[in-house]
Amino acid sequence: MRYSTYLLQRMLLSVVVLLGLSALIFLIARVIPGDPARIALGPLASRTQIASLRTAMHLDEPLYRQYAYYLGGLLNGDFGESLYTRRPASADLRELFPSTLELVVYAGLLMVVVGIPLGILAASYRDTWVDTTVRLISLGGVVTPAFVWAIVLMLIFAYALGVLPVAGRLSPGVVPPPVVTGMITIDALWGGAPSTYFDFLRHLILPAVSLSLAGVAQAARLTRASMVDIAGRPFIEAARAFGISEARIALKYMLKPSLIPTVTILGLDFAALLGNAFLVESVFNWPGMARYGVEVILHKDLNAIVAVVMVMGLFFVVINFLIDILVGYLDPRIRLRQMEDAA
Amino acid sequence: MAREALLDIRDLSVSFTGYRGVSRVLNGVNLTVGRGEKVGLVGETGCGKSLTVRAVLGLLRKPRARVRGEIWFAGRNLVGLSAGELQLIRGREITVVFQDPMAALNPVFTVGEQLRDVIARSPRHQASERETWARAVAILKEVALPDPERILHAYPVQLSGGMRQRVLIAMALVNEPALVIADELGTALDVTIQEQILQVMRSLVDAKGISVLLITHNLGVVRETTDRVYVMYAGSIAETAPTADLFRAPKHPYTQGLLASVPKLTGEGVPRGIDGMIPDYLSPPPGCRFAPRCPFVQPRCQQPPPWVEVGPDHALACVLYDGAPTGLRS
Ligand SMILES: Nc1ncnc2c1ncn2[C@@H]1O[C@H](COP(=O)(O)OP(=O)(O)O)[C@@H](O)[C@H]1O
Ligand code: SF4
Ligand SMILES: [Mg+2]
Repeated sequence: MRYSTYLLQRMLLSVVVLLGLSALIFLIARVIPGDPARIALGPLASRTQIASLRTAMHLDEPLYRQYAYYLGGLLNGDFGESLYTRRPASADLRELFPSTLELVVYAGLLMVVVGIPLGILAASYRDTWVDTTVRLISLGGVVTPAFVWAIVLMLIFAYALGVLPVAGRLSPGVVPPPVVTGMITIDALWGGAPSTYFDFLRHLILPAVSLSLAGVAQAARLTRASMVDIAGRPFIEAARAFGISEARIALKYMLKPSLIPTVTILGLDFAALLGNAFLVESVFNWPGMARYGVEVILHKDLNAIVAVVMVMGLFFVVINFLIDILVGYLDPRIRLRQMEDAA
Repeated sequence: MAREALLDIRDLSVSFTGYRGVSRVLNGVNLTVGRGEKVGLVGETGCGKSLTVRAVLGLLRKPRARVRGEIWFAGRNLVGLSAGELQLIRGREITVVFQDPMAALNPVFTVGEQLRDVIARSPRHQASERETWARAVAILKEVALPDPERILHAYPVQLSGGMRQRVLIAMALVNEPALVIADELGTALDVTIQEQILQVMRSLVDAKGISVLLITHNLGVVRETTDRVYVMYAGSIAETAPTADLFRAPKHPYTQGLLASVPKLTGEGVPRGIDGMIPDYLSPPPGCRFAPRCPFVQPRCQQPPPWVEVGPDHALACVLYDGAPTGLRS
């Protein structure tokens, strides 16, 4: 069985999951009390206004036809108008999602490039002060919520030391780069404006660090635990008996198998950042989708809620897909099983 | 023995400090392997055979494990060498074929990837990628693996136990070490495959003149393969003799029990085993460690037994053979 067959089947499965999600959120939206047309028009609307909107929204038709209309809209990226911003929800998301994604990607990057090496360090110097220090720090990281870090870091670096900006994505007066992707990193570098990029990075540091600390700690703990487990396996003693150097054993023969469980859990942690970003976005006044998501929920803004949920669902599905590929790459046993299952 | 010893283990003791106290596992082991010689080390599971191997390779972690005695190898005492010096010896001059072919290969790297790292350790072999690959293909052919290219690209899960065991032999022999230690070679496999594996191993070490320390609890394997045998019991050597002598005239009560517990194809009746178990290393018997199970135990056995020479290259640790004729045994 070919790997491409597996990938194809896996992708189809993702589509099925998204369809299921769309049906679920559709049903929930229809079941919760309140007439969508009345909510949309407000308490002052007349009966006829409401009746005509109900017709326009297909609310009088059978449920399966309503779902078909709704699905058609989703496929065209049309989620309807947000009652909260009075703009198409898709337009809101086109602006806000890239901004959150950018924050989340940098936070995820920190999880990987800081957390995993810390775990390797702790495992390599197991039961020494290095290990103890890393474990204490990561315990602190895991038990402290991101918004607490956000406030503490902001107080220290933005107010007390004044070395980093307090909020926003760019300094006042810095012209945002022309929108290509909505992510300033890409747009600024693409547009040949490195100074804009560096200004953005200075704004990014505090929110990204606050958002990532729990994940960094988790990554360190998982990597350490996994490496310690692998270190006791016979194939590691065998590698040592063949005179393979300790560095090579740690960074090659131990690390790759250790990453398998770590990657699975970190991937889910990473996907969860998209929602967890809410408080960090609020503290740092970061124009993002997580904050938007909470605001539209508070405003019972159904169209926008559906839009946010579907985007998050898509993000989860994509991340899960990538994790499966990555785990398959790291572990040939899993890859072989994936190919067998696809048969 | 007349031959120059390649490996000479003298009075090797290993103890571990744990939360329950100190386990004194190896208790004054003496063992030599001559150049080109094939030596067996037998004893039941848990008697310290693999621990001896780890001590020789310097793989015991210092704070917990305490190693005393001397391990002379090619004129150098390995006890006390630095980690770096020991690493230079492992994989080049002394190699090991491990017990469990399922567990001794890293599951997430291809055979080629792992073999290549071993070949890269060879002092003679400052090789290009292509030469390394050619060397890998050649050694797989030598261990009689069909389609070496395919095997180099395969992951361990894709190979049978017998193939993996051959791969491990290839890894142990590819750098042409002076000494290869085979720890329970093939015991995880079924008998016919085990026989083939031993055949491959024997012909290769003979062709290359490599000395072998063959560790096993299978006496049949020892009988077919080795020149000389050590019988180990609970962390010390009970008896040593040329293989033929040992099987013809075992002298130590433990050796006799061990041989009697092997089902004989020609013999009749139920094999006699040895009752009891290996003692707890936290509080082993003060004198002869076999005393609690020995049918000939006597008061003198509360003292450490003497080491008695009973013939050419044949010696044992038992009071029964100490000077005064007992009349009971011969
Ligand atoms: N790291 C260790 N810590 C404590 N005891 C150990 C350790 N390694 C081995 N031992 C003890 O040494 C004994 C002998 O083990 P081993 O050499 O593996 O036996 P064999 O290979 O003869 O079956 C075991 O029963 C175990 O109790
Ligand atoms: S020394 Fe004593 S206990 Fe030990 S084997 Fe000889 S007779 Fe038995
Ligand atoms: Mg063993």
